Amino acid sequence: MSRNPLAAEAASQADHVLRFDDVSMRYGRGPETLRDLNFQLEPGSFHFITGASGAGKSSLLKLIYLAAKPSKGLIHLFGEDLSVIPANEKPLIRRRIGVVFQEFRLLDHMTAFDNVALPLRIAGRKPDSYRQDVAELLAWVGLKHRMHAMPATLAGGEKQRLAIARAVVNRPDILLADEPTGNVDHEMSLRILRLFVEMNRLGTTVLIATHDQDLVARSGREVLHLADGRLTRHDAPRPRP
Amino acid sequence: MSEADAFVARWRPASFLPAADTRDGSLTFVVAVLCFLACLTALGVIASDRAARGWSDQLTRQATIIVRPKANETPDSAAARAAETLAGVKGVSEARALEKEKAEALVAPWLGDISDLDDLPVPRLVAVDLDPKAPATAADLDAALKAQGVDGVVDDHTIWTADIARSAGLVRWFGGAVFGLIAAAAGAVVAFATRAGLQARRDVVEVLHLSGADDHFIARLFQVRFARMAAVAGLFGAAGAAIIGAGLRLAGGEGGLTPVLPIIWTDLLAVAPCPLFAALVAAVAARLTAEGLIRDMA
Repeated sequence: MSRNPLAAEAASQADHVLRFDDVSMRYGRGPETLRDLNFQLEPGSFHFITGASGAGKSSLLKLIYLAAKPSKGLIHLFGEDLSVIPANEKPLIRRRIGVVFQEFRLLDHMTAFDNVALPLRIAGRKPDSYRQDVAELLAWVGLKHRMHAMPATLAGGEKQRLAIARAVVNRPDILLADEPTGNVDHEMSLRILRLFVEMNRLGTTVLIATHDQDLVARSGREVLHLADGRLTRHDAPRPRP
Repeated sequence: MSEADAFVARWRPASFLPAADTRDGSLTFVVAVLCFLACLTALGVIASDRAARGWSDQLTRQATIIVRPKANETPDSAAARAAETLAGVKGVSEARALEKEKAEALVAPWLGDISDLDDLPVPRLVAVDLDPKAPATAADLDAALKAQGVDGVVDDHTIWTADIARSAGLVRWFGGAVFGLIAAAAGAVVAFATRAGLQARRDVVEVLHLSGADDHFIARLFQVRFARMAAVAGLFGAAGAAIIGAGLRLAGGEGGLTPVLPIIWTDLLAVAPCPLFAALVAAVAARLTAEGLIRDMA
């Protein structure tokens, strides 16, 4: 895969892809799930978000991929203040974000190939303009032989790699993953991690929420640690084992 | 070429939404029934309107004169003189005096058989056929009778034609109201189905959102799906109503099954726009519902 031109452009123009300024979030009238978060991600960086279940990892990701709004504070993504962007521009922002979920969220009525092609079709591209790209991407994640398969017939690791392929097919500027290795074995976790690392090497900013400490330790990347909705620690990169 | 390459070469994009399921089949049936009822209503209104216009035309093309004989003439001669006078009036095609028996038959429902009561002064009647293009008015006929010294009362059936026109108007309004209700019911059913469909496919909507689809894009998917479904349902409903209409026409010959509902072949064309109309109602209902619900989901 070639280097992501959008990510490269973002990297050259701004000192951050994402910035949280005093961000808090609550669901309805409930207690705050996230409290006073302040951090920023540089273009091309690779971060893990760790924390116990309920610490707010998924909520933080929801704020970034525009599935939720903060109750307080400002979020800047790609230099845009998310609190003021009009609703009709949100899909354009979302197209610059790739999201991978623990439960895959594949469309069961589509083949693996269709699932990966989905963001490109939504973006309005003609099939002939991306047919080969999708095939190459499926080969990249090791699913060339399964491109005609329906998701229900795929193993957990295959589903997750398919979800990753769908998340990156648009060459996103930022790739978010919510417990991407939660449903796969250790070997597959490492394989999936390698895909994220490769995407990062191509210029995509990567942010992975996980409680898999072994995965974090192996990667040696920066870690944002959440506890009770607060950012309690920001660990610098560690030497990789 | 490998199997994978062959697959890529012949790949065609799948539908964004899952294929129709049993719920959609039930919805198609309900909308088809509603379309069938709407088409039958339309055919009924058209036939009623034609019947009313037919009766009205018949009545306005005729007038009846009640002739009272003067002291120096017999009822028969008075009626004959009136018929002769009226035959010459402009706008009258034909005037004929009715026989005594016909006059007695007309009063029989009230007086019974009076044929043996020679002394009872039963008024004679003159039936007048008016020129359909330029019919004479009641005033014309009355003036002509007065000019010839004939004592007669002109009945141009105005009271009946007004009643028929009022009845026909009521039938039209009633038919329109029923048609509107059925259309509203179809819209409500589609809106309900859209809501249920969106809720059932919430996961699909979320994935489409995350993949960069905007609300309009997703709403349009549901709009197209339900419009197509309604068009198919409308086709079945219209075909069913057309078959019933054709059956009535065939069973009844020229005048339809009954003179009350005379159906002609071209009436069946009235059901032709049904699929289009059903699709339009469904498209509007689905779009409005989907837009609102997707906004809420987001």
